[in-house]
Amino acid sequence: MDATDERILSVIEKNSRINTKELAVMLGTEEIDVLNKLQRMEDDGVICGYHTMIDWDKTGVDKGTALIEVHVTPQRGQGFDKIAERIYKYPEVESVYLISGGCDLLVTLAGRTFKEVATFVTSKLSTLDTVTGTQTSYVLKKYKDHGTILEKPEEDKREMITP
Amino acid sequence: MNTSDNSQAMAPRTEDSLSDKTVSLKPSGIRKFFDIVSEMKDAISLGVGEPDFETPWHIRDEGIFSLEKGRTFYTSNSGLKELRVAIADYMKRSQGVDYDPIHEILITVGGSEAIDLMFRAMINAGDEVLIPQPSYVSYEPCAILADAKPVIINLKAENKFRLTPEELESACTEKSKILVLPFPNNPTGSIMTKEDLEALVPIIIKHNLYVLSDEIYGELTYTGKHVSIASLPGMRERTILVNGFSKAYAMTGWRLGYACGPAAIVRQMTKIHQYAIMCAPTTSQYAAVEALNNGDADVEMMRESYNERRRFVLNMLKEMGLPCFEPEGAFYVFPCIAEFGMSAEDFATKLLKEKKVAIVPGTAFGDCGEGYLRISYAYSIDNLRKALERLKDFVEELRKNK
Repeated sequence: MDATDERILSVIEKNSRINTKELAVMLGTEEIDVLNKLQRMEDDGVICGYHTMIDWDKTGVDKGTALIEVHVTPQRGQGFDKIAERIYKYPEVESVYLISGGCDLLVTLAGRTFKEVATFVTSKLSTLDTVTGTQTSYVLKKYKDHGTILEKPEEDKREMITP
Repeated sequence: MNTSDNSQAMAPRTEDSLSDKTVSLKPSGIRKFFDIVSEMKDAISLGVGEPDFETPWHIRDEGIFSLEKGRTFYTSNSGLKELRVAIADYMKRSQGVDYDPIHEILITVGGSEAIDLMFRAMINAGDEVLIPQPSYVSYEPCAILADAKPVIINLKAENKFRLTPEELESACTEKSKILVLPFPNNPTGSIMTKEDLEALVPIIIKHNLYVLSDEIYGELTYTGKHVSIASLPGMRERTILVNGFSKAYAMTGWRLGYACGPAAIVRQMTKIHQYAIMCAPTTSQYAAVEALNNGDADVEMMRESYNERRRFVLNMLKEMGLPCFEPEGAFYVFPCIAEFGMSAEDFATKLLKEKKVAIVPGTAFGDCGEGYLRISYAYSIDNLRKALERLKDFVEELRKNK
C-alpha cells in the first residue's frame, strides 16, 4: 500500500463509479496505473465489492434496518468465531461485529420489515444454543450512513463578495 | 407646509459631502461582473475566491463551546494571548521564525485589516508602495487611503508571474517605502521559491524597503513548502507577515487574521486597531486556537483535494488548447485567452451570456491581467467539469468562426 493506493481507496469509497481517467489526472498519474492498482487491490481482497447506497425510505418500499445486540457464551477452542459464523450465514444478516462493551456481537439486519425482524430474532437467533440473550433496536430514521448524510445536499451557500 | 418647504431648501446635497479621496477610488473590477452573474440564476460560477469546504467541525465546535461557556466579552486589543502563543508556535514550526507573542503579534479582522493597518502605521504622504500585479484588489486602494503613491509592477507570464530582481530594481525610487509581496498569488496561483525571494533581498535592503508579505495562501502550495521572506537573513526586521485562517482552515466567515512583525510597527498598528476595531471577534479567536493546535490534518486533506482539482483543471485547459503556466499555489489558474483578439472582460461577458459560466476576467486584478482569466477551483469536480466543458464549447465555437 502506498499513498496513491490509499487515496484511490478513499476516493472510490465515496464514489466507486468515478471515471478512472479523471481519477488518474487528479492523482497525477496514468490511467493504466490506476487500473492496475484497482485490479491488484481487488485480487488481494482489499476492495471487497462495489455497492450502491440506497435510501429506501424515499422509495416507498418497506425495508428497514435493525440492530441486535447479542450475548453469547464463547466456546472452548473457537471463541466467538463459530457462533459468529452461524449467525452471518443467514442471508438476511447484513453485518456481524464482535464488539467491546455491554454485549458480545452486534448484528445488523437490513432490508426487512418489522415482522420479519421479530421472526428472525425469536425463531432463529434466540434459539441458538450459545445465545444467552438479545436486545433488538429497530432503526426509525437514518440520518447518515457510510459517511454520507442522507438529506439532500445543501446548495453552494457562498455569496458574491468583492474584492 | 412651510416646514416642508424649509426642509426642502435645507436638504443637503449629500453627493457634495463626500471625501474626494474615497470618491475617486475605482470600484472593484469584480463587482460589475458579479452584478451580472447575480441576475443570472442558472449560471455556473468559477468565480468565487473562498474555499468550498465548511470549517472543520471540531473548530466550529470549539467556537460553539466558547459561547456556551459564556466567552462573550471582548478580548484584549491584541487578541487572546493563548491564540498569539499558538501563532508564535506555528511561525516557529512552519517558518523557523521567532515572534514574541506579546509584542510582535496582532490579531486582526481578517488578513485584509492587517494590510490596511500596516499602510496606515507606516506611510507618510507621498511614500511609495510597490504593488506587483496581477494581485488581490485591496492593496492599491488601501495604499491610496493611507496617502501613499501606489507604484504598480506589472508581472509577466514568461516569468510565471513571479517578481524578478530586475523588475523590483527598476521600480524603486528614493520615495519607495513598502514592497507588497502577494505570494502564493491570487489571481495567478504563482509562488515565489526561496531562491526567488533570496534574489530580492539585496535590493530590498539597498533601498531600505519594508515588506508586506501577504501569506494568506501560504498553506496552499502543491510543489513544495511555502517559504516566508521573513525567514531569510536580515528580513524579519523589515517584514510584516500577514496571514489568517480563512484559506488554510476554510474560515472566511469568521473574519480572523493576524500580523507578525517588529514590535515598533506592530505597536502602531495596534493603536489604530484599538481605536477602529477594539479587538477581533472573540468566538472566532477561540475557534482559531483549536484550528492551530489540532487542524493540521484538515489542512492536509483540503490541500490534497485542491491539488487534485488543480491537476484536473490544468488537464482540461490543456485539452482545449488554452495556454496556461502551471500554478503552484492558492486555488486559481490563470489561462491566456489572447488568441481570440478580444478583451478579457468582453470574453468573460460573452462567455457568461452565451454559456452561462462565470469566470472573472484577469483585468479585475490589474491592467496587466489583460488577455487572461482567473479560474477558481474551489469547487467540486462535478461543478468544474460542467463549467469547463461549457468553456470548451465556447472556445471551439470562437475558433471555428474566426
